[in-house]
Amino acid sequence: MASTMGRLDSANLNGGQKLAVKYFMVAAVLFGAQILFGLISGLQYLKPELFYGVLDFSVNRMVHINALVVWLLYGFLGSVYWMLEEESQHEVVGLKLGNLIFWVLTSAVTVVVLVYLLVQVGPGNETSLWLIHEGREYIEAPRWADIGIVVSVLVFFYNVAATFSKGRYTGIAGVLVLDLLALFGLYLAGMFYTPNISMDQYWWWWVIHLWVEATWEVMVACIMAYGLMKVLGVRRKIVETWLYIEVALMFGSGILGLGHHYFWIGTPEYWFTIGGLFSALEPVPLVAMVVHAVFDAGARHAKNSNHPTMAWLIAHAFGNFFGAGVWGFMHTLPQINLYTHGTQWSASHGHLAFFGAYATIIIAFFYLAAQRWRGGVWMSGELPGNGWKWKWALALLNVGMIGMTVALLISGYEQSQIERAIEGSSWIGYFAAQAHPWFVQGMWWREAFGVVFTLGFALLVWDLLTIGKGEKRAMQEVKSEE
Amino acid sequence: MATSQWWSSESFWRKTAIWVTGGSMVILILLTMDTLPKISAGSQRVPAYSAINHRIEYKFDEARHVQVPVIGQEEPLFGTKLSEAEAEALVSHGKMTVQAKNCMNCHTLLGNGAYYAPDLTKAWLDQYWGSSDIRENQMVEFIKDPSNKLHNSLNRRMPNLGVTDEEARAVVAFLKWMSAIDTNGFPYNFKSIQQEN
Repeated sequence: MASTMGRLDSANLNGGQKLAVKYFMVAAVLFGAQILFGLISGLQYLKPELFYGVLDFSVNRMVHINALVVWLLYGFLGSVYWMLEEESQHEVVGLKLGNLIFWVLTSAVTVVVLVYLLVQVGPGNETSLWLIHEGREYIEAPRWADIGIVVSVLVFFYNVAATFSKGRYTGIAGVLVLDLLALFGLYLAGMFYTPNISMDQYWWWWVIHLWVEATWEVMVACIMAYGLMKVLGVRRKIVETWLYIEVALMFGSGILGLGHHYFWIGTPEYWFTIGGLFSALEPVPLVAMVVHAVFDAGARHAKNSNHPTMAWLIAHAFGNFFGAGVWGFMHTLPQINLYTHGTQWSASHGHLAFFGAYATIIIAFFYLAAQRWRGGVWMSGELPGNGWKWKWALALLNVGMIGMTVALLISGYEQSQIERAIEGSSWIGYFAAQAHPWFVQGMWWREAFGVVFTLGFALLVWDLLTIGKGEKRAMQEVKSEE
Repeated sequence: MATSQWWSSESFWRKTAIWVTGGSMVILILLTMDTLPKISAGSQRVPAYSAINHRIEYKFDEARHVQVPVIGQEEPLFGTKLSEAEAEALVSHGKMTVQAKNCMNCHTLLGNGAYYAPDLTKAWLDQYWGSSDIRENQMVEFIKDPSNKLHNSLNRRMPNLGVTDEEARAVVAFLKWMSAIDTNGFPYNFKSIQQEN
């Protein structure tokens, strides 16, 4: 293996990992697309004439959030395929099928995005929903693509479940398999049409909330468990016990926390109490994860085999806590949410939560992949140039995101005061708030920090393509306590 | 190390995780079974589609201390009274159009969506339309081609989405019906259009 050290060579990867890096590469491209369309839609707040009638805000925003969902899913698929063979100690059972599905899914995603951009809207009939998009935030994918997604996820589920069954069925495996089953089942709740918008949004939240605030959280808890064992050498018994605690706390708060989306959509008033109470508990598992990750790192004096991965895992623990936990809690009680629902508060929370909880941990796995792909090279201290690229990428991405989050929050504060509290939520009130200098300043700062974030992304990609190149030292051994 | 404590054992937490998850799911399903009839069209909170045959008002309720929709005197949309089936077909066509034209990626509906354009929950009742007797036609004309209509001081305009006359009327029906959903007082402190005779 010494001959490939420092060079990208697929011989360094096992079967699942070869497939994983394909998913990672598409994920990174879609991450880039998400940022690009985010920059354009952010700029349209400031320069509404930009691409008016050509590439309207609605189109850009749809691509922005769909690229987000899809790149995170690709990141999850990649991360699971990455760990699958090591964790199960068995070859991926349906690797050929997995590869085929990768190409089918990627082609489908490409077609969907092209249709979004080139066709944009259709007449108000069922055909548009089947072929163009469904016009439902986050799950806009047209119905034909929904079916494709379901098939792809089923194949993925089969690969994961069957591989674990034939190999070693660990605690992580048990949680992961059940979580994937739930994740798949929930997607079906979003695949129907009804004229009743209350009913529509009731089930729509089953998909969105029970993905993002329940099954995705458990998914990243599994990925985190593997990551901590891998990078720090934490004992399996410890991470798996923690994983069960996380599952209990996340599902215990997150499933009924769904109620915080049922305050204003026509649903009965008892959801105030249920949604308020359980969603207020949602930060608890996120605090626990911070304690877990920081304690494990501290107990080993932060000695680990991959510094960038470790840094991004810690960024994940804190990002998840602040973005999903604190920023979510801030406006989750109905007494506050009445004034913040549907304002830039949600955008502020959404940005920090998706980045903090999900983007970070996938980036951590990008670095694990880069390390192994180059032959298991050294990625601890004393990297060439003191590792300035990964450190600056980490700093720029995090500063850019925090800046955007705070800017959006300030605009959101102003909106809830002027549009909601003072002007009485009318359209005149809406535009009075949108035109207010405090709102506009927030939008400028958001765009400026968006550019900072973009620079961080460019540096991240550059670093991932070059880190470990020509490196002759093998990775630092961590004492596995397994 | 006393790792034999029950609270630090793996199997205790595995069982807890299973029971908590299962229990939460059961409660959610029970609550869903209670909620679904209460948000079906024709229920007290979510009115029948034929509500578009009536005036919709948004009045302060002393007991609940929020504004609630009130279905008032007969006031058919576009002057034509529709049967329940006709009303449902019209509202459904409107909802379908709202989805196909991707309204939700600029606007919010019931507060959910994007924040580039105003909330549509009470669009039917907004003072923007001037007076209630010209509202219907104003809305239809606006939706068909908003690009040259008055918007705001920001120069932020809705694009022409190629909405047909029939689709625009259906969208107005959907918006009128949506304004009659009891949303627990959201949007708060809303200032409604004048609808006196």
